[in-house]
Amino acid sequence: MNEFVERQMKLTWRPPKKSYDVVIVGAGGHGLATAYYLATRHRITNVAVFERGYIGGGNSGRNTTIIRANYGIPAAVRFYQRSVDLYRGLEQETDRWLMHQQKGILWMAHSEAAVRTERMRAKLNTEFGAQTQFIGPRQVQELCPQLDMSGGGRWPVLGASYHPQGATARHDRVVWALAEGAMERGAHVHQNTPVEGLILDGERVAGVRTAAGDVAAGAVVSAVGGHVSRIAAMAGLRLPIRTHRLQAFVTNHYRQQFGPIVASSELFFYASQTARGEMLLGAEIDPQPSFSYRSSHDFVQDVCRRALCLLPFMGNLRVLRQWTGVCDMSPDYSPIMGRTGVDGFYLTTGWGTWGFKAIPAGGEQMAELIATGEVPELIAPFGLDRFARDRTMADRGSAGTH
Amino acid sequence: MSLRIPCPICGDRSVHEFVHGEIRRVPDHVTDPDERDLDFAFHHDNEEGVVTERWFHAQGCRRWFEIRRDTTTDRIVEPSES
Repeated sequence: MNEFVERQMKLTWRPPKKSYDVVIVGAGGHGLATAYYLATRHRITNVAVFERGYIGGGNSGRNTTIIRANYGIPAAVRFYQRSVDLYRGLEQETDRWLMHQQKGILWMAHSEAAVRTERMRAKLNTEFGAQTQFIGPRQVQELCPQLDMSGGGRWPVLGASYHPQGATARHDRVVWALAEGAMERGAHVHQNTPVEGLILDGERVAGVRTAAGDVAAGAVVSAVGGHVSRIAAMAGLRLPIRTHRLQAFVTNHYRQQFGPIVASSELFFYASQTARGEMLLGAEIDPQPSFSYRSSHDFVQDVCRRALCLLPFMGNLRVLRQWTGVCDMSPDYSPIMGRTGVDGFYLTTGWGTWGFKAIPAGGEQMAELIATGEVPELIAPFGLDRFARDRTMADRGSAGTH
Repeated sequence: MSLRIPCPICGDRSVHEFVHGEIRRVPDHVTDPDERDLDFAFHHDNEEGVVTERWFHAQGCRRWFEIRRDTTTDRIVEPSES
């Protein structure tokens, strides 16, 4: 976090104590949300969040900040809708401006098969609590006049599923608000303090070894993004996780207003306009497993080629910035939350390319699990044991980023 | 520059022409047969550092080959044919 921001915020830094009730590894969105909800919902404030870098400096600062609940399986629709609802109230709850803006998402269909898929998505979403409806080309054009409805002649827009609650928020403000909320209630956040190992007491995880010394803990939660396999290995666990890069970029300022978030799973890209007026584009993960933060030119080239089919006006814009996050991908494209089989060790991972939208609900549910000792119904299907039980939560089609 | 994969037949080509193939190794300390099946089906080493992996040149010569790559930098370490 930079000095300017620190001056604006009421954060009290304290040295690490010898012991905490709960230690959270990773001060990104999910780690801080867990600390925040432990403090606000369960009055558990003897909590420390250890961060190897700075608050929100990992994937929380490297995503495309899209918030939506139009997923493809019932459990996921319910979970992400909870998150959409929490996000809508988060500004008021934290008394911070998060630049949360409801824009609506248009998910384009360019073929009969895709029309069928989007119609099904709308039905399933409505059934399980998320507002999504299928709309025809005329309504699509009204919502987004910039679209070339012929899709460059090759990808005609035959309709779209419209999810009006789709939104974006400012990633930094979200993590800072959660950090402030947790810290002013007594939780500690320790930046620049990597966790180097776990303290094992027999079969149980009893604390963490950090760069600032050993810290005992009643419960340890890994909310790490990008390096979770390494943390899990410290507890003797092997995970169904492979880490891939995900790139995104923004263009220079587009003078007109671009209302909704536009996505197409046939063209594999999505676009939205940032608060600064830049057009933000994202697409699929890189094919090779990698922990490198390097971004590549061919990604920009590929995505531009596809995006210009639908949004030809972007041909006059220039690419301004490009960045990369490293995503922990689960095999079924659903998150992994809950107990691990190792006592005292909890995981919230597998956030792949869909972590930002789940920050409040993920934190709330993990906090409830830790505070009550019971797995909340909302995240019960997303346990790590689902792979051994042959109950995977396959939802690749909803990720929108593969 | 995107990742270029050194195909032993076709030379350096863009990663998008290839299919990644992981070499699955269930660690010896996993002994229970069900655990071994689970590990083989789902778990990954997901190592940070130099890994040996297989690639299939799907849009080229359609051969499988092995390379060593540093996953923290995406640098190809030493190409060798399997």
